[in-house]
Amino acid sequence: MNLPLLSLVTFVPLIGAAAILLFRTAPAARWIALVITIATFAISLMVWAAFDYTNPGFQLVEKANWLGGGISYHMGVDGISMLFVVLTAGLMPFCIAASWESVENRVADYMIAFLVLETMMIGVFCALDLVLFYVLFEAGLIPMFLIIGIWGGKRRVYASFKFFLYTFVGSVLMLLAIMSMYWYTGTTDIAVLLANPHFPPGMQTWLWLAFFASFAVKMPMWPVHTWLPDAHVEAPTAGSVILAGILLKMGGYGFLRFSLPMFPSATEMFAPLVFTMSVIAIIYTSLVALAQEDMKKLIAYSSVAHMGFVTMGIFAFNHQGVEGGIFQMLSHGVVSGALFLCVGVVYDRLHTREIAAYGGLVSRMPLYAACFMVFTLANVGLPGTSGFVGEFLTLLGAYMRNSWIAIFATTGVILSAAYALFLYRRIIFGALVKPTLKTMQDLTAREIAILAPLVIITIAMGVYPKVVTDVTTPAVAKLITDNRAALAHDRAVPKLAALQQGARP
Amino acid sequence: MSLSADLMVLLPELMLAIGAMALLLAGAVMGEKSATAITGTSIILLLGAGAAVVMGPDHAGAFHDAFVTDGFARFAKILILIGAGFSILMAAEFFATTTVSRFELPVLMLLATLGMMLMVSASSFIALYMGLELQSLALYVLAAFNRDHLRSTEAGLKYFVLGALSSGMMLYGISLVYGFTGTVSFAGIAHVIAQSGVGIGLVLGLVFLISGLAFKVSAVPFHMWTPDVYEGAPTPITSYFATAAKVAAMCLFLRAILTPFPGAMHQWQQIVIVISVLSMALGAVAALGQRNIKRLMAYSSIGHMGYALLGLAAGTALGVRGVLIYLAIYVGTNLGVFACIQAMRRGGKPVEQISDLAGLARTNPTLAAIFSALFLSLAGLPPLAGFFAKFYVFLAAIQAGLLWPAILGVLASAVGLVYYLRLVKVMYFDEPAAALDGEIGLGSRAVLILSTAFVFLFIVAASPIITAADTAARALFTP
Repeated sequence: MNLPLLSLVTFVPLIGAAAILLFRTAPAARWIALVITIATFAISLMVWAAFDYTNPGFQLVEKANWLGGGISYHMGVDGISMLFVVLTAGLMPFCIAASWESVENRVADYMIAFLVLETMMIGVFCALDLVLFYVLFEAGLIPMFLIIGIWGGKRRVYASFKFFLYTFVGSVLMLLAIMSMYWYTGTTDIAVLLANPHFPPGMQTWLWLAFFASFAVKMPMWPVHTWLPDAHVEAPTAGSVILAGILLKMGGYGFLRFSLPMFPSATEMFAPLVFTMSVIAIIYTSLVALAQEDMKKLIAYSSVAHMGFVTMGIFAFNHQGVEGGIFQMLSHGVVSGALFLCVGVVYDRLHTREIAAYGGLVSRMPLYAACFMVFTLANVGLPGTSGFVGEFLTLLGAYMRNSWIAIFATTGVILSAAYALFLYRRIIFGALVKPTLKTMQDLTAREIAILAPLVIITIAMGVYPKVVTDVTTPAVAKLITDNRAALAHDRAVPKLAALQQGARP
Repeated sequence: MSLSADLMVLLPELMLAIGAMALLLAGAVMGEKSATAITGTSIILLLGAGAAVVMGPDHAGAFHDAFVTDGFARFAKILILIGAGFSILMAAEFFATTTVSRFELPVLMLLATLGMMLMVSASSFIALYMGLELQSLALYVLAAFNRDHLRSTEAGLKYFVLGALSSGMMLYGISLVYGFTGTVSFAGIAHVIAQSGVGIGLVLGLVFLISGLAFKVSAVPFHMWTPDVYEGAPTPITSYFATAAKVAAMCLFLRAILTPFPGAMHQWQQIVIVISVLSMALGAVAALGQRNIKRLMAYSSIGHMGYALLGLAAGTALGVRGVLIYLAIYVGTNLGVFACIQAMRRGGKPVEQISDLAGLARTNPTLAAIFSALFLSLAGLPPLAGFFAKFYVFLAAIQAGLLWPAILGVLASAVGLVYYLRLVKVMYFDEPAAALDGEIGLGSRAVLILSTAFVFLFIVAASPIITAADTAARALFTP
């Protein structure tokens, strides 16, 4: 049996969205969305099952004519992208379930937006053509814009515009870079470009910067991270989960897929810049997180700090660093998603996210306190949780590259413990004095069904990280060897490359 | 070549010319009650002309090559006929509720369409001017068609005065070109330039010529008439201006620059780059402050013409292909937008303020969804059609080495995005205003459905249009 699994996993949600268009009632929309997202998750697990661990190249490849002239519909996954597909498909049912009762108006539109968004996000991780990648990368902005703008909080308009414009401006330069690459090589096929990544160093610099503009905003890296806290605070719970869980990962994925392998010399050249930005992000945003009064904002800043570890690991350029970066992204996808879901649980009851409005919840909501504890500790990076593995590997990778970076970054680990535990103490512990909290109910069955699997995944990834690393290791090893070879090539023939650049305008 | 062979080349144009005159007579004899029949007949005429265009010869000249039909003209004519046909449909609905006499309307639109078809086929400056004036005179009347309406008459008059000025400039340029090359035929001019180079007199003529052409495509700095005319003219007429007239003017621009002046590329390329970048920038920035949706569309069209001109600036077949794809997508999207604008009615009267759209997503979700999709397509967001329009133009610009204009272009598109998003915001995020209660007629409905389908499905069905544009663009470069 040879099903086009990747096309299925990408476009089944879109079919679900079309189905909701036919039945626009709220209950029908909810159930269709839930069934479709679970089905998509099942298909993504089939992708995992069909995945060949020993093959470091692209698998389950599909190719069809699209626009002509070397631009085709080309899909495929390797060890780097496959787990992101599973992560995206896996988080979506939780998002739908979390919105079951909290979203009451325009439910059908809401579910359509989420399903369309899912198609775009999964497509981004599967796309093996630069134009296809760009189309999907950008198309995801529209549903997210609507999700923030329609179902968001008070300053939703501001937040949605900021979100859209930051990411859009970052991306348009990437589009021009893609076009330059097309004229230089005659193709936008990612697999071909990866196999033969010999852009002249001068050109690499510009291409790298254009791609960096896009991914740094998406990631988001300091100092272009300011859209994220706004977007998180205003977005509905499920929107925040997707934002933190998946959308941010597209930046890191982009670095791994494009910047590192295609522009090795430029990556080498700009690595100090990225390290500096990462370390600033880790320390500065952690400090900012300490001062937050809004739960979501605090978690948003902590996301920026964690993404700092990811960029640091990726640009450390060695096996530990890159693998740690991927692991950290996957782990953060689960953990930050879960944290936002936890915030959503109390927000649904009290309709405020202000930390000061809470306190002493443990006596009314013990189950909730336990779940929240697991995710907080995972966020801190406690050994035994998924957060530890990624943080440890990225620090190890950075240490091998330059011990100073690792030393500065490690202070971020301490700071993350400070803000996360501080948050936990203010919400969960202390005396239950506020009258509004006295009637709080513990988790409902629906909420348990949402949080319990995430607790299990968080701990499982921490105790047995091999589940993930078995998938990623061959691809990462290939990435690094290819990279070293390309770098050597660039160094050996700078003059030849310069000549080529002159000959081929 | 015999006269009959010459006439066969011009068969679609002849059909329209004779048909329009016959309809005018019929209308004059039968009076107002014939309006519906005349509208119907005009649509049939346009369909017939379309069939004649499709089945016409691949490459033929007529009247000593003053007119040519080739792949390029064909592509342009099909777009013009599509724009004209749907605009006539919408106009019939629009004027059905007013007291304005209306059997002249389709006749005038047919005559303007005839002028446009002659324009895109013209291969000498005299033929060009003839087509252009036929089109312009009909359009001046159309702009003022709502004659009891102050704004409409103002629009007509403004358009006429400024249009006459620009025609004069162009004619002056043409006379200079003629004076310094001794011929008005495009091929002849190209030949003379190849032989004896570009003199200062010719450059002067070229500048005047480009100024006149820039006026017709409403490129900065000759754009001032656009907002007033767009706002004042009745909506379906504005739709006609924004689609068919723009295609004709842009295709005329392409042919009248690329065929006679390939030897002077260094000279005109700089001018075209500057007006292109200025148009993109002004279109984006000036639209930000608009409250009237038709004025906003005027600035949007100025910006869009800027993007299309970037393809011309590239000066290659790829650039022309980019422009043609751009125009096809632009027509497909704009028809839908104007059908939406025409559907904005409250208490039987058309409303045009952006604030009238507030909360449309709740009072009329379907219309709001269509409106938003069309606007986001105009903004150039993937996966909608508008993205591919910009994509192919920028692709050609990058290939021609126009990196900086392309960078400025994408930045302008980011600025432009703000006002398109603002429209989506008004419809989706704002509290509802009083509901729009206009009935959407059958013709508008058809336009809306086709246009929406086009915008969404372009991504999967792009190949035929791209191939057709490719063939058309190559035709312009093969003598």
